[in-house]
Amino acid sequence: MSEKNSKREVFLPAANHMALAMGPSHPATHGIVRFNLILEGERIIESTTDIGYLHRGFEKMVERSTWNQAIIYTDRLNYVSSMINNVGYCLAVEKLLDIEVPTRGVYLRTIMSELSRVADHMTCVAAQVMEAGAMSAFLYCMKAREWLWEIVEMVCGARVTTNWTRIGGLMADVTPDFNDAIRERIPRLREVIDELDKLITKNRIFYDRFRDVGSMTKEEAIDYGFTGPCLRATGVPFDVRRDTPYLNYDEFDFEIPIGTQGDVYDRYLMRMFEMEQSLRIIEQALDKLPEGPVCVDDKNITLPDKPSVYGSIEGLMNQFKLIMDDHGIKPPPGEIYQAVEGANGELGFYIISTGGDMPYKCRCRPPCFPMTAAMDKMITGQLISDIVPIFGSINMIGGELDR
Amino acid sequence: MEIQQLQENLSEHFTDKIISCIIDKDHVVLTANVDNLYAIFLELKSELKYNFQMFMDLTAVDWLDRQPRFDLVYHLYSVELNHRLRIKIPLIEGQAVSSVSGLWSIADWMEREIWDLYGIKFSGHPNLKRILMYDEFKGHPLRKDFAYDQRQPLIQDAWPSRPFQVNVKGLKIHRPGNDV
Repeated sequence: MSEKNSKREVFLPAANHMALAMGPSHPATHGIVRFNLILEGERIIESTTDIGYLHRGFEKMVERSTWNQAIIYTDRLNYVSSMINNVGYCLAVEKLLDIEVPTRGVYLRTIMSELSRVADHMTCVAAQVMEAGAMSAFLYCMKAREWLWEIVEMVCGARVTTNWTRIGGLMADVTPDFNDAIRERIPRLREVIDELDKLITKNRIFYDRFRDVGSMTKEEAIDYGFTGPCLRATGVPFDVRRDTPYLNYDEFDFEIPIGTQGDVYDRYLMRMFEMEQSLRIIEQALDKLPEGPVCVDDKNITLPDKPSVYGSIEGLMNQFKLIMDDHGIKPPPGEIYQAVEGANGELGFYIISTGGDMPYKCRCRPPCFPMTAAMDKMITGQLISDIVPIFGSINMIGGELDR
Repeated sequence: MEIQQLQENLSEHFTDKIISCIIDKDHVVLTANVDNLYAIFLELKSELKYNFQMFMDLTAVDWLDRQPRFDLVYHLYSVELNHRLRIKIPLIEGQAVSSVSGLWSIADWMEREIWDLYGIKFSGHPNLKRILMYDEFKGHPLRKDFAYDQRQPLIQDAWPSRPFQVNVKGLKIHRPGNDV
């Protein structure tokens, strides 16, 4: 008992200091994380971040599932842009298997990844400004995100837990109205982004609230392993889509916005600019979207279509051979690290196969982990009310932080 | 820098410090002895030719029946030169590794995670305690001999669950005399 209590004791350096535990369930921290703060008045003089409240053993679960079953766990990493996680994991396994997805499959993956990125950035910006007081901007964003999730629903039947890709391709081809549905939504999305821009970007209240709060220099950000919008806000033009191209990003014309000061305001701006760039990529990809199959034509990898499963003995046998224990996909022994540009930064999958039907190891490099690790540094010396915008700007997602 | 060139440079530079340096599917993979770890990392970070400023990832692999049992796997990235490197450090159980949290701040949390999930100790780490699991947790869950269904409730179950048996394929889960 006494040992347990002693762990909770906080050392207070001076009599006028106060200890405050913010979280794990605090209305202003839209994720389950706890800051153990030591305050002097309203100023934070020391902080310790506690994570792990949403840990569910992602790696342990993946080690016990077959290669295709593991995709469902990747949905739950970053549940706002789960398609990027699906794509990242599948790309890694496909590299191990040394197979190439047909062009249409690659294009569809790109389009849906970018749509997810827009949805993710929109959610982040919405939550960030809502926590600073802009309820209407939040509602506009949620409305727009709904349009995006309608497309996601159209493509895979689910909204958040998509489970859309398969090793060697996709769950299914898209419906014929896919192209029109996106094209019809893009101008509406642009309108909402514009509206948001008018409401927030040059708004004195938000400018004063976000500027010079939670600043990181280039060197500090790199030292902390920042990637994604938070790194680009400091002025480092690192984007996995450009620097280590995957899918077919090298075919498209898009810009990588960079910031100057690396504060909350710059991170907000990065997300606003990137949404536009993602929409550009989607438009270009839709223009070029070829016809054809979406999955590799290999019976050892792709499940047969349902009519042949129910209608022919070969199809039924094929289905069984892929689904049953100790059968199915068996990548050759080896290891792979595949990075994709998640909405928060570099999402990496380090996978080891020993030639079995289950991954021997599947490590996910969570993009928001470094940013959360740097929270202590960013909030020390700031006011307690600054925690809210700073924490909103790093877009911590409990699912991928704690895995 | 081209990947072949990086591989050649590295194997030349660290000849006496490393075990091997190969190319494996667009990654240069450097395997080194645990004793040389800090010296190698220091050079990789400070040498302008390599300039690995970014500590991308750290993880471990438990090979259970192999000797040495663990592999520490580091991923480094150079923002300026845009190249990646994987470093593997084979490790016997219980062996301590020198911490690189002095070189990269993010290594602090990443090493804590490895300690938490694999029980690998990092010497010289400022604050080596659990990060994802709670302090009272016993054992290191990502070790292969940690049964996946081993529950450790913080509060005693009012309704103890029925013991169930699940057949885990290909893995020897319980090894006698090795209670972590």
